[in-house]
Amino acid sequence: MKTPAKGWTGTRPAGTALIEVRDLEVRAGGRVISSVPELDLGPGECVAIVGESGSGKTTALMATMGLIEGADVSGKITVCGTDVLSASPRTLRAVRGARVALVMQSPQAALTPTMRLGTLMRRALARHGVKGAEAAERARDAVGAVLLGEEILRRYPHEVSGGQAQRFAIALAIALGAEAVVADEPTSALDVTVQAEVVAVLRRLRAEHGLAVLLVSHDLALVSRIADRVLVMREGRVVESGQARTVFAAPADPYTRELIAAVPELPGGAP
Amino acid sequence: MTGYLIRRLGQAVLVVAGVIVLTFAIMRLVPGDPAVAYAGPKASAAELAAARARFGLDDPLWVQLWNYVRDLLSGEWGTSLHTRQPVASDLTTVFPASLELVGAALIVAVAAGVPLGVLAARYKGKFPDFSVRLSSMLAVSVPVFWLALAVQTVFASNLGWFPVAGEYDATLDTTSPLRVYTNITAVDALFTGNWPMLTSTLEHLVLPALVVAAYPAGVIAQMTRAALIEEAGQDHARMARALGFGETAVLTRFSLRPAAGPVLSLIALVFAYAIVNGFLVEAVFNWPGLGRYAADSIRSLDTPAIAGVTLVVALLYVLANLVVDLLQSLLDPRVRKAG
Amino acid sequence: MTAVELRRTPLRRAADLARGDVLAATGLAVLALVALAALLAPWIAPYPEDGGTAVHLTEALRPPGAEHWLGTDQVGRDVLSRILYGARTSLFIAVAVLALAAAVGVTLGVVAGYAGGLVRDVIMRITDVFLAFPALLLSLALAVVLQPSVTTVVVAIAATWWPWYARLTASVAQSVARRGYVDAARCLGVPAPVIVFRHVLPNSLTPVLVQLSLDAGGVILTAAALSYLGLGAQEPEAEWGLMVEQGQSLFTTDWWVVTFPGLAILVTAFAFNVLGEGLRAALDPRRRPR
Repeated sequence: MKTPAKGWTGTRPAGTALIEVRDLEVRAGGRVISSVPELDLGPGECVAIVGESGSGKTTALMATMGLIEGADVSGKITVCGTDVLSASPRTLRAVRGARVALVMQSPQAALTPTMRLGTLMRRALARHGVKGAEAAERARDAVGAVLLGEEILRRYPHEVSGGQAQRFAIALAIALGAEAVVADEPTSALDVTVQAEVVAVLRRLRAEHGLAVLLVSHDLALVSRIADRVLVMREGRVVESGQARTVFAAPADPYTRELIAAVPELPGGAP
Repeated sequence: MTGYLIRRLGQAVLVVAGVIVLTFAIMRLVPGDPAVAYAGPKASAAELAAARARFGLDDPLWVQLWNYVRDLLSGEWGTSLHTRQPVASDLTTVFPASLELVGAALIVAVAAGVPLGVLAARYKGKFPDFSVRLSSMLAVSVPVFWLALAVQTVFASNLGWFPVAGEYDATLDTTSPLRVYTNITAVDALFTGNWPMLTSTLEHLVLPALVVAAYPAGVIAQMTRAALIEEAGQDHARMARALGFGETAVLTRFSLRPAAGPVLSLIALVFAYAIVNGFLVEAVFNWPGLGRYAADSIRSLDTPAIAGVTLVVALLYVLANLVVDLLQSLLDPRVRKAG
Repeated sequence: MTAVELRRTPLRRAADLARGDVLAATGLAVLALVALAALLAPWIAPYPEDGGTAVHLTEALRPPGAEHWLGTDQVGRDVLSRILYGARTSLFIAVAVLALAAAVGVTLGVVAGYAGGLVRDVIMRITDVFLAFPALLLSLALAVVLQPSVTTVVVAIAATWWPWYARLTASVAQSVARRGYVDAARCLGVPAPVIVFRHVLPNSLTPVLVQLSLDAGGVILTAAALSYLGLGAQEPEAEWGLMVEQGQSLFTTDWWVVTFPGLAILVTAFAFNVLGEGLRAALDPRRRPR
């Protein structure tokens, strides 16, 4: 695994992070469903939010994309220099996709069923001002970068496998030139072998393109393989955070210990 | 795809067979003697017997049913009691007029309903949504014959903006006669370049078509709204937002086509409904279509003619459903694959 | 949706409806008024005898005014009184049609859904055939062969409306029949009719109720249309569709004779439709827009 330049424990100097979250609180129905005091994602880094389902991790992730509806979001979220909570919808739309891209849990459901993948990519590129020959070239390069053949562009979502669909979603991010990918359980809907493919692609893109990844997962084995830093969430709150290696080697919070103990492949895990 | 096609066609044939049996049952198994209706109430016993023999009313029911099916298939749909013409030839002249009216109405309904549905979905819970919901509810709740009377009184009789009744100015039959191909006046006039006839037909078409369009426009708007809201909550719509698309683009470019299935099926249902709803409007605007023919037939208890109208509309309904299912399989690659 | 909302019972949600859905609440209020008018017509109608055969030729075609709030018709009957009596006819038809259609449709649907196999296929193909006839059309055909009357209208419309309930109930019953407790009951040797009526039927009721409220408006419109065509209620009965038919030639000169009965149909059908739509949104989570 590529080691980050400095020994991170949390904060990094303001302004250099791609995603910077301070005192985020999401409330729905008078209840805090997700609260993250501090989260930073620098270029080429991978930060993971772990926790069981319902712990508010997906909510935190969607908040960074500015895609939360029907709930109150407070705090400060900066994505590539844009203040997500106060920016105009127009500014936000220019950031989404082009700077930060989303990868969803269920890969096929995330692609419009009536649209060929190539059409989806062409429209997404056109949305961010890339057209014609350049768009075609970017599309080819991007699917190549995730180890897919060009013929994938002529397929409909139901004609490709889950792993292919997930890699295509990552290819969308590459084609649009996104610096960070925000991934919500990107492997949990996939077979084990296919999971490995997707993880390999993500790691390679980090190494070669400096792609940053904000990962939400309950799969600690996956997280331990790719994350630099970890936030552990439970019932909407962050119970522990720090460098992945430190957290996995010496978990401070009893809940984290419980999580780790449940995973046999981890050092601290059950035999 | 071929398997799906065959299965779907088989189903349609089965429904058509059922429709024929049911029509037969309604016409033959009810109290009242068709022979009396044909020969007249003052007919002698001998005349009645002759009429009974002519219609085969003395045969067992299943023989009558068999003969009925055979006649239908060979284009022999019986003789109308009130026009004294073969029902089949009557239908070929009145049906195209209804098709013209309902076709025009459906074009208006889709052109108005779909954009209104998109508008309502786009501003869900806000004022435009409320107004679209309110007006579409009014459109589906208004008694169509009353709306026809009101519109005719206000815009034709009082304001004089449009002709009061009829399909076209009758004097044109002598000054600019129409060569008939499809029996759909507007289409024939268009393709033979008969401009006076075309203008006159369109003028006559405006009010009745708008009235017939009210109900379909209302339900299409409601269904488009519901289907779009459903679709816009799906993962792929969220993905589109995450790719930087705005709400309007998410609805029109990403959600509209996946949502087209339910809307299309609805249009098929509404088509048959509009034909029958059109009957009432035809009666008010004296439009020479199925509805007026049906009304005349009812007045003279003209059983063969009623059976003909019933069959045509039911067959049309089956056909419309079939076409929509096939269209849907073309529009949605998922259905195509499933078949 | 939050967990709090999930815990709400259908009844609670129905109660919330009044606050949340202005249209549906309005519909309910209007229907209550129409029902009151129908029940109390003989007592609240300004000229109760005008609901029937009364003729006052000297009073004919008076415009709306202090004596006759909505004017008088061609034989001098008070239009308001006839509209109040007409509410009785319309509501009676709606209730009778829906009761008949639901009774037949739900029975067949439950049987089809619970029995499955060949029984289900046969019943469903029959409903397909009936569904191929738009309600007004089959009603037209039936109304020709039966004598025109309110009863004919009820029979004719019910004949076209039951298949919807059969189809709806069959699909609900089918999914209920697969649930664990129904299996358990079957294994315990509970007879099939008991299972059907204890377990399958109650579960089918919510969607059927929603459908009933949605359909009532359509039934009222169809019934009015049949009466307008002369195939339903007959003079001197007070029926809204018939009133429009009787007054239609007078529309340009005496607008009130046609306008008010038509408005009565519109308002009643509208009230049923918005109420039905609101109930569906509140009670049927499957169709609830997210």
